[in-house]
Amino acid sequence: MTRREAGYFVLVAAAFAVLACLPFAGQSYLLTLGVGIAMYTVLATSWALFSGPTHYISLATAAFYGIGAYVVAGGIGTLPYPALLALAGVAGAVAAALVGLATLRLSGVYFVIFTLGLAELIRQIVTWVQNNFTGSRGMYVLTDITEQGIYWQLLALAAAVYLIGWQVARSRLGFALRIIGNDEVVAAHVGIHSAAAKLALFVVCGVFAAMVGAIMAPRFTYIEPSIVFTPELSFQVVIMALLGGAHRLWGPLVGVIPFTILWELIAARFPGQTILLLGIAFLLIVYLIPNGVVGRIESALRATGRKTSHA
Amino acid sequence: MPEKTVLEVQGVSKRFGGLVAVDGLSFAVRENEVMGLIGPNGSGKTTVINLVSGALRPSEGEIYLDEDMISERPARAIARAGVARTFQLVRVLPSLTVLENVLAGAVFGHKRLWGRAARKFALRQLERVGMAHAAHAPTASLTYIDEKRIELARALASDPRILLLDEWLAGLNPTELQVGIALIRSLREEGRTIVLVEHVMDAIRSLCDRCVVMNGGAKIAEGTPQETLADREVIRAYLGEQNA
Repeated sequence: MTRREAGYFVLVAAAFAVLACLPFAGQSYLLTLGVGIAMYTVLATSWALFSGPTHYISLATAAFYGIGAYVVAGGIGTLPYPALLALAGVAGAVAAALVGLATLRLSGVYFVIFTLGLAELIRQIVTWVQNNFTGSRGMYVLTDITEQGIYWQLLALAAAVYLIGWQVARSRLGFALRIIGNDEVVAAHVGIHSAAAKLALFVVCGVFAAMVGAIMAPRFTYIEPSIVFTPELSFQVVIMALLGGAHRLWGPLVGVIPFTILWELIAARFPGQTILLLGIAFLLIVYLIPNGVVGRIESALRATGRKTSHA
Repeated sequence: MPEKTVLEVQGVSKRFGGLVAVDGLSFAVRENEVMGLIGPNGSGKTTVINLVSGALRPSEGEIYLDEDMISERPARAIARAGVARTFQLVRVLPSLTVLENVLAGAVFGHKRLWGRAARKFALRQLERVGMAHAAHAPTASLTYIDEKRIELARALASDPRILLLDEWLAGLNPTELQVGIALIRSLREEGRTIVLVEHVMDAIRSLCDRCVVMNGGAKIAEGTPQETLADREVIRAYLGEQNA
């Protein structure tokens, strides 16, 4: 670790320590917002770990999230909660590995459509199973986990995402993914196992999304497929990550904070139009700031740097 | 004593639907040799490079690197075994810096270096191709010739045993061509085996130990540049019946 990296590390650790004190502020509205921001930070950042360098747009977040939530809902009566959390992670990993093996050979738009269809497919299967075998549409998740407990868990998970993302960026794997994102033919010809590299990161993505689902399940109290497998979640994650900038580890966070706050307002004022507004937001981001806010800032900095060096 | 064969193509054919791009081709490349692969446009030269590097799989026949059959293996495995290539249509990695482009070869190829050793080795290759001054420049600022140099440096950074150059000298002006020829010669002198697809006759005459001439996917001549370029069949393939 260089001095500079050590400096960043201390700074980030301090920021997490401060954020961990949020529940003691005693304002439940702030805590609710904190849960939302922490949740989307984990989802969008882990999404960007895979999609940022490879440019494969995955809409499978809701599939993994729902799997995680259902693991907790199904096992809460029989297994201790921490075991369920771990199990949700494993389930997410297995699901991501299976999906990855089947789809990562697909390119571009085929991959997007498949991942979108996947969440829908799992949702239909779960619905069908519940209708035919369990007799009820949803499941109750009754625990004594508090809102602040959920917040701390999400915060810990966010710390884990950043730690893993930082390590990946310094590793051969991270470099391999950047090359793959540039040109898969070159990647193969310099000796990179593209499928394995993509799969590894997709699995990381699946694990985190499933664990977020597992952590959020007690908050819903009652879950049913249409809640936890909602495609809206997948789209929101993509939009937030792109808004911030998916090519930097801290990029998605820059998108998550304003978007979560804005979304709270929109969902309260215009509950019927959320999907429409989501679509408009998506179009605006893709057309106006394809590299996100962070990309904009970086190119602005580069431009002023050039100006001063010429002067 | 005959020199050791390092790369052997045995009865290789490649069909794309009804089109036969390569038709029962056989040749051998000896250690530390520069082998020219020449022929008119559309004769299947680039397809041969793609077959050797693993970008394509032969429909028939086998390709051997030493004793290992590589024709069933994926491109990444062939690269790791020590075969590096450049592309006819240059492929640089646009969002990476010049040095990172070259690092890609050093980190994942035959040599598999990491960290400081990889950077040092990559910088040395940039020096060889005369691009060390631009190491930290973005690739977007490069000219076509510089892109070609970067690509060669990337191939060299994997420390390949066999280097496949697909028209690497094409598009260079006369001065650059002399520099390019000297560079390839120096690679041969350090013990590399080189297969080059080329149209520049000066380069073929001055660099190649032997040539394989292709036409319509098949080999029509093989030998030293002097022999093959004087061959009636070869002249006919290039210039047509009345000039032969």
